[in-house]
Amino acid sequence: MIETVFFLLFAVLAAGGAIMMIASRNPVASLMYLVLAFFALSGIFVLLDAHFLAAVQVIVYAGAIMVLFMFVIMLLNLGHREDIDMRSHLTRLVALVAGSALFAFVAALVLRGEQSSLASDESGLVLDAILRSRGAVGAVAEPLFTSYLVPFELTSLLLLVAIVGAIVLAQRRAP
Amino acid sequence: MNLDIENAALILSAFLFAVGTAGVLVRRNAIIVFMCVELMLNAVNLTLVVFSRSLGLEAQVLVFFVMAVAAAEAAVGLAIIIAIFRHYEGVDVDRFNLLRW
Repeated sequence: MIETVFFLLFAVLAAGGAIMMIASRNPVASLMYLVLAFFALSGIFVLLDAHFLAAVQVIVYAGAIMVLFMFVIMLLNLGHREDIDMRSHLTRLVALVAGSALFAFVAALVLRGEQSSLASDESGLVLDAILRSRGAVGAVAEPLFTSYLVPFELTSLLLLVAIVGAIVLAQRRAP
Repeated sequence: MNLDIENAALILSAFLFAVGTAGVLVRRNAIIVFMCVELMLNAVNLTLVVFSRSLGLEAQVLVFFVMAVAAAEAAVGLAIIIAIFRHYEGVDVDRFNLLRW
């Protein structure tokens, strides 16, 4: 019961934040609504027993990426737009139809899949047992540092390349 | 009860992805288009977390990798936006036509 209440709360926050993000005039306000949606998603991760990912979500998205976006908005001095940078009414209508169609399609897939659901009751019990024996972090760390060790190390390489690439791209060219 | 939350989370993720798509189509500010892409990545992450409950915790490892790639992508993408801003004095995606034709 309490889980359902919290889920509804977080779902409304996430959906509302997402809609306000694309409707807001001010880029800074847009970013704040996006961060609200990220926090709400992190709460939903907790409800789905992914505690480690909930913490990473707050640290990486609501922390690091938010600061990065805010820094760029402030650096480019975009924070005080009065006119909204939306496209024409026709494009807005097309976007509304396309978004609704996409949502309806995926939601129909979910509702159809409900009858032949992948999730059985035993799998939930198995997950509970794993979480209880290893803890939320250990349960994710065990496959990460055994089966997926090479991709994990490659991720560090990717981040290094991204840092160097960002510096190279954003530096001023020498005159 | 739990199954209800899982299905509702899948539908929420579909909704967030659709909103992100609509945002990419509607907005002209490159930074907000970028935020919409991040929202779509998060919607997919939510789907993966839901499926990790029935298909194994490897899905959560995949979410971890998606987050790392999204962080790298945000850093490089924002650097590109800064470089383009210096060139065009704006971040309107309609004016970025250097690679067109």
